[in-house]
Amino acid sequence: MARVSDRAPGAAGSGLNDDIGEDKRLALYRSQVVIREAEQRAFDLFLQNLVKGTSHLSLGQEAVAAGFAEAMQPGDLSFCTYRGHSHTLARGVPVEKVLGELMQRDNGLMRGKGGSMHLTSEEHGVMGSYAIIGAHLPIACGSAWRAQYKGHKDVSVCFFGDGTTNIGAFHEALNFAAVWKLPVIFVCENNLYMEYTPIGEVTAVQHPAADRAASYGLERIVIDGNDADAVYRTARTAYDKARAGRGPSLIECMTYRHSGHSRADPAKYRPEGELEKWKLRDPVKIYRERLLQFGVAEKVIAGIETEVRKVVDDATETCKAAPPPSLDILTTDVYADGGWAWRN
Amino acid sequence: MAELTYREAVARGIAQEMARDPDVVFLGEDVAKAGGVFKATVGLYEQFGPLRVRDTPISEQAILGAAMGAAMTGLKPIAEIMFSDFFAVCFDYIANEFPKSRYMSNGQTKCPLVVRTGNGAGSRFGAQHSQSVENWCMMIPGLKVVAPSTPRDVIGLMAAAVRDPDPVIFFEHKSLYATKGEVPDGEIVDRLGTAKIVRPGKDCTIIALALMVSRALAAAETLQSEHGIDCEVIDVRSLVPLDTQTILGSVAKTHRLFTVEENPRLCGWGAEIVSIVADEAFYELDGPPVRITTPHIPLPAADILEDMVLPTAERIVETVKRSLES
Repeated sequence: MARVSDRAPGAAGSGLNDDIGEDKRLALYRSQVVIREAEQRAFDLFLQNLVKGTSHLSLGQEAVAAGFAEAMQPGDLSFCTYRGHSHTLARGVPVEKVLGELMQRDNGLMRGKGGSMHLTSEEHGVMGSYAIIGAHLPIACGSAWRAQYKGHKDVSVCFFGDGTTNIGAFHEALNFAAVWKLPVIFVCENNLYMEYTPIGEVTAVQHPAADRAASYGLERIVIDGNDADAVYRTARTAYDKARAGRGPSLIECMTYRHSGHSRADPAKYRPEGELEKWKLRDPVKIYRERLLQFGVAEKVIAGIETEVRKVVDDATETCKAAPPPSLDILTTDVYADGGWAWRN
Repeated sequence: MAELTYREAVARGIAQEMARDPDVVFLGEDVAKAGGVFKATVGLYEQFGPLRVRDTPISEQAILGAAMGAAMTGLKPIAEIMFSDFFAVCFDYIANEFPKSRYMSNGQTKCPLVVRTGNGAGSRFGAQHSQSVENWCMMIPGLKVVAPSTPRDVIGLMAAAVRDPDPVIFFEHKSLYATKGEVPDGEIVDRLGTAKIVRPGKDCTIIALALMVSRALAAAETLQSEHGIDCEVIDVRSLVPLDTQTILGSVAKTHRLFTVEENPRLCGWGAEIVSIVADEAFYELDGPPVRITTPHIPLPAADILEDMVLPTAERIVETVKRSLES
């Protein structure tokens, strides 16, 4: 990755009068580019029939994942949804592990046993991707309860979409976390559509997460989810609050997915021009412009892009060459003894 | 040795494990300060304090989800769902989350927790507070399922469940809470996956669970004294893992099989046992295996109606006698 020494002379990226600083900004940009390139590659591989099953892409929502992950401390824990490739990659899980799982190869993150919707890498703090809407909000509460009980300083961060805000587990978890003052952050990625239906058509309030915050004694927070700096700063504040024992936060990030809900969805339900309007606020594009404004040299930015593309290209070739899962894992890890025996 | 009620045994079993391991924590509705609606957890809050014994809101999904998140990251939670009927409002955790996370993550995720719950009929509570739903859980790969019938087994199986690295669903029978039994002093640790022959016999095998064990034993006494039929009664105790060796061994000896199930007829646990025996011990059988169950109806509230639907000692006697005589 490009370093500070590549900076243009006299650039604003020296970090003066800025709370983020150039190193972190470059990391935020690289993280977004990794997600963009890997997700686009997943889509291309799907068109080649090499990504099987379903997949839910985060194209257009990269800034949320990058901003929250880059503000984390080592040991902080992520709980993701089935739209979780982005959050998994943002914690540093290798691209080839993610693509390998999507391509159902033996080199995949879970060797093909979980699939796109269940990416898990505990060594990176990715405590699972949950495909039943709302299920992981209470689970993140439990992780945070453990931290509180054991005196650990880690924060549990739970990502979910706007559609989750209308399911019971969302409300149970918010109340539970608030009453127990748990170090958990609830992050709603409001991309305007639950699956195919606009969230606004089926929700009694304008902001489906933030407008419910008051019900649980929490601050109403709505941010620009396409601005990685805004996300990063908001995340940092929320983590500090959680670590200080001042309880949970609920953050609604306004964003937009550039693709359909899942690979089966061409997203024909969107009004004409909406996608184009949001693409003007493409998080990767606006962050690139910001780096230039802060004086980061074009060659540094291009260097990151070239490096990431090579990572994704190499990962793609590795996955294409990888064998399918070995059949002997079919019955492993049903129970903790490693096997599946239910009788003697 | 002391005589304890089944409900006192629940509290003693939990206390034994909480005293042993500071990572054991306990949460549920009204479980702490109130000591539980069935008074099965009295004294735990006072003994272990508010950080380890916690009252929750009426939020069954939050209770089970929080238990899972805590278990995944290092604690050994015991969660109470007040009535097992309420599993229906938090079944995602029981069916989709606890049992599948280890497999889906290729062995990365652990889930060492216990869900204890009040199960079964006899309290005249009607169709939504009386069900026996152990068969709902038995069918799910990744879960373990136990249902003790005596105070001693409550303590021993609770210890085994808490120490087990897998998610264990622990069914306490509401109609057994007031029953008493002898319990040895000191630590009691049992093993999951072990059935118990509670009455040896040679003419037929009766397999029962929880409340049905005492009814099967009473029936066996009558069958012996009034009809000269010598029944072997097995308390199956653990549906998953299932002790098929004890069951198949008994059938090989008696050549007749009866199951006594409180869950309704269709897909009750007895069907699985009958299926295993039919597959693996068909030529040991001298007659068709017979299931004695609650009929395929919701449970009624009125005592006179509820008493008609649950298997009774009399019905077991009649069924066994008729089957053996035919």
